[in-house]
Amino acid sequence: MTYLPKPKFRHPALETNELGFTHRDYEGAISTLCAGCGHDSISSAIMRACFELSLPPHRIAKLSGIGCSSKTPTYFLGQAHGFNSVHGRMPSVLTGANLANRELIYLGVSGDGDSASIGFGQFAHAIRRGVNMCYIVENNGVYGLTKGQFSATSDKGSKSKRGVANTDTAIDLVAVALQLGATFVARSFSGDKGQLVPLIKAAIEHEGAAFIDCISPCVAFNNHDGSTKSFDYVRAHNAALNSLDFMTSRAPITADYEPGALEVIELHDGSSIRLRKIAPEHDVHDRIAAINLLHQRAAAGEIATGLIYVDQEPVDLHHHLATVEKPLNELGEAELCPGSAALERINAGLR
Amino acid sequence: MPIERVNDFVVRFANVNGSGSASANQIFARAILRMGVPVAPRNIFPSNIQGLPTWYEVRISQAGHLGARGGTDLMVAMNPQTWDKDLAAIESGGYLFYDSSRPIPSSKFRDDITVIGMPLTQICNKEYSDPRQRQLFKNIIYVGALSALLNIDVAEIEKLLSEQFRGKEKLIAPNVKALHIGRDHALANLACPIGLKVRRADEIGDRIFVEGNAAAALGAVYGGATVCAWYPITPSTSLAEAFGNFCRRYRSEKESGKNRFAIVQAEDELASIGIVVGAAWNGARAFTATSGPGISLMQEFLGLAYFAEVPAVLFDVQRGGPSTGMPTRTQQSDILLCAYASHGDTKHVLLFPEDPHEAFEFGALAFDLADRLQTPVFVMLDLDIGMNHRLCRPFLWEDKHVYDRGKVMHFADLETGRDFGRYLDVDGDGIPYRTYPGTHPKRGSFFTRGSTRDRYARYTEEGGPYVDNMERLLRKFDTAKTLVPAPIIEAAKSRTPFGVIYFGSTSPAMSEAAELLEKDGIALDLMRVRAFPFGGEVTDFIAEHERVFLVEQNRDAQLRTLLLAECGIDPAVLTPILHYDGTPITARFIHEAIAGAVKPVPETPTRVKSEM
Repeated sequence: MTYLPKPKFRHPALETNELGFTHRDYEGAISTLCAGCGHDSISSAIMRACFELSLPPHRIAKLSGIGCSSKTPTYFLGQAHGFNSVHGRMPSVLTGANLANRELIYLGVSGDGDSASIGFGQFAHAIRRGVNMCYIVENNGVYGLTKGQFSATSDKGSKSKRGVANTDTAIDLVAVALQLGATFVARSFSGDKGQLVPLIKAAIEHEGAAFIDCISPCVAFNNHDGSTKSFDYVRAHNAALNSLDFMTSRAPITADYEPGALEVIELHDGSSIRLRKIAPEHDVHDRIAAINLLHQRAAAGEIATGLIYVDQEPVDLHHHLATVEKPLNELGEAELCPGSAALERINAGLR
Repeated sequence: MPIERVNDFVVRFANVNGSGSASANQIFARAILRMGVPVAPRNIFPSNIQGLPTWYEVRISQAGHLGARGGTDLMVAMNPQTWDKDLAAIESGGYLFYDSSRPIPSSKFRDDITVIGMPLTQICNKEYSDPRQRQLFKNIIYVGALSALLNIDVAEIEKLLSEQFRGKEKLIAPNVKALHIGRDHALANLACPIGLKVRRADEIGDRIFVEGNAAAALGAVYGGATVCAWYPITPSTSLAEAFGNFCRRYRSEKESGKNRFAIVQAEDELASIGIVVGAAWNGARAFTATSGPGISLMQEFLGLAYFAEVPAVLFDVQRGGPSTGMPTRTQQSDILLCAYASHGDTKHVLLFPEDPHEAFEFGALAFDLADRLQTPVFVMLDLDIGMNHRLCRPFLWEDKHVYDRGKVMHFADLETGRDFGRYLDVDGDGIPYRTYPGTHPKRGSFFTRGSTRDRYARYTEEGGPYVDNMERLLRKFDTAKTLVPAPIIEAAKSRTPFGVIYFGSTSPAMSEAAELLEKDGIALDLMRVRAFPFGGEVTDFIAEHERVFLVEQNRDAQLRTLLLAECGIDPAVLTPILHYDGTPITARFIHEAIAGAVKPVPETPTRVKSEM
């Protein structure tokens, strides 16, 4: 971390997007996390994804719970409203915010303590309700702010910095999200920007509950031998399913890819995801196959990363509730109050 | 001597839960209402779906006393399980109506009451072969018998039956038939009428008859609530359900079928309040309905909403605590829980409606107050007014009323370059401006957090900005005193050293008790507190009296504690009158307690004098 203020200087040749914004317009305050923290890489990936999608930063609402990961929304998208809520309760706050205004983009940032322990219930219920959001868990398998306790995603048998082995079974949030009906499920690694940025872009554009489990080694408390979420361990055990190139309907971004291995997936909003399958047998539209694959990879000691499942026709909570197109927070007296004449009729019916 | 009374008695139905008695009993109460005579019905029910005892009590009072009176003049004993208890509850000289199909030993009766037996089961078995019909029509048959015994206009009951079964017309005739089976049997075999009679009157006026939960839900509709998140809990469930029903009627667009509301039955109360906080932060009017255990679970979020200054409306339909307590009984025992909800230094706005009329009024007002004050507002109902039909003034709404959305900076305000500090007090009332997310591309964004920050919402752990902010929150709470409903004071006819403070559902029992005490020569000035924080009127009222009784429905005199803590009152001045057994407070109880406390006791006159 640094105590220096961010320079306001901009290089004149800075890359701009469709809105004329540079990546600087997607930045936030300077991070106060530890130097080398995986979470900062995820923040960078979020900024990059929003920049590439040419999203107006102020139309994004960034919500989080409590913990190292939940601090990060301060460090990106400074023009967006942020809400650092209560430990483990980001999903409910995000759900309410989403109900109030369906037109904003909702980015939920959480950690493994926040979503797999104290907020496991809220994580599950927001997913099963189909809240239209991009929900990212910055998963380091450890409690950083309180200095190194195991979290619920710590693998059984993995060791803490003090050498104590974890005896509890780990929760795989990806498997849970799949089981609960998330319509977009992915896993990535904070150190793999090439994989992470397109996944975040696709998750943002996905009009339903999109979940990304992002393994993010904790440099202070979980980056030692014996940890299964250290940089070295993850690099050695990463089994990338596919690499993804995302193409939005608004601004097609064509990156390098090998045409022979590409599959283009049309998304509901007209944008498309292009997959280059490393594991060609994996069908990302088959939920059961995805669950099987996760378990097979886990049994083989591998971490399956990439896009694991996507439903191309997602429906969200607003669809279930049949809410009007106009955001609820813009409705006024004329649309909400039945008025005195109706009240007179109600009174008459109560006599 | 058998009791002889017209339009002034209490009938209690002892039934088995799930036997279909509720709708028959309600028709009984409504028929009397239609005859122009005020009634106050109360459900006394178990936490159970089927099988346990349940009672329905109807107080008939031409004088308009709507509080529970205590005691029963006519017991309709339909539940053998509770026979002994029910029999004991009858006032001396009262009446017992029972099913005499099976012989009951004479030792099971009392000599000082009039016993009226009718072989209801035998009649039903003769008329109906289907067991469910036997059960359901038995209820209507006893209503028919009671119409003969009490001189209730049978035409009013017939009319109510046809209204009840509107759309299911083929059910009307069998019900009317059952009604007349009971009525004719009573007229032919029993001494009709008995000493208790209903006589047509004109005491209802334009009043309406409705449950407080439904009224509060309608208030939320009128108040512009669009997001409701809740978790089922007695006795608040019917509030959220009524909101849904009203919304489907008044907030669904006919052609598209699209809804101008969103209701989420959450996974628990933590999620309920989280959804409310998220929606309110994002500029929608949002509420939850719950009871004490739910408020306990919501504590952490309530502190966040207080500190981060997010509007939220909570309807707390109070029940008997602590813990699971008495889930189907009434109390006013969440006062301190709500007033100081959450860790750290917090204070919250509470509203105390007395009846469904005010539940509607405050239910709508709460949203204006929450937006204006940017803080949680609690509407403190209880089971007695929430789940019982209560006769009250009709709902009122001014069409010219504009929702007070409070201090919000919109795009145009920000565009002019107006200084925006989320926690900046620009005009001294302690209330800062806020922006809704997504308002302006370059200005007005801020980070909402439960941790300390400066006036511009920038994170800081410095003591100075923390204290500055906490002091401003106190100023804001002072502003709240000027905005919440003022207390209502009713002065005694003569000058008196005695005052009474009461609130919420205690209202009708207190009015009646004051009349009784006046007859005893004890004059009382009454003050009904309608909100917290307390304004100057409350402290003035206490200062003007030598002794003030505080009537509450909880064990620990919670409103008294609040008054002592917030207003610096001398504890000796405030005498608590506490009723907390789970039944609604009665005029009899208040009367006896205050009369006992005020009247000189002969053997120790000096001690009493010094207490006074």
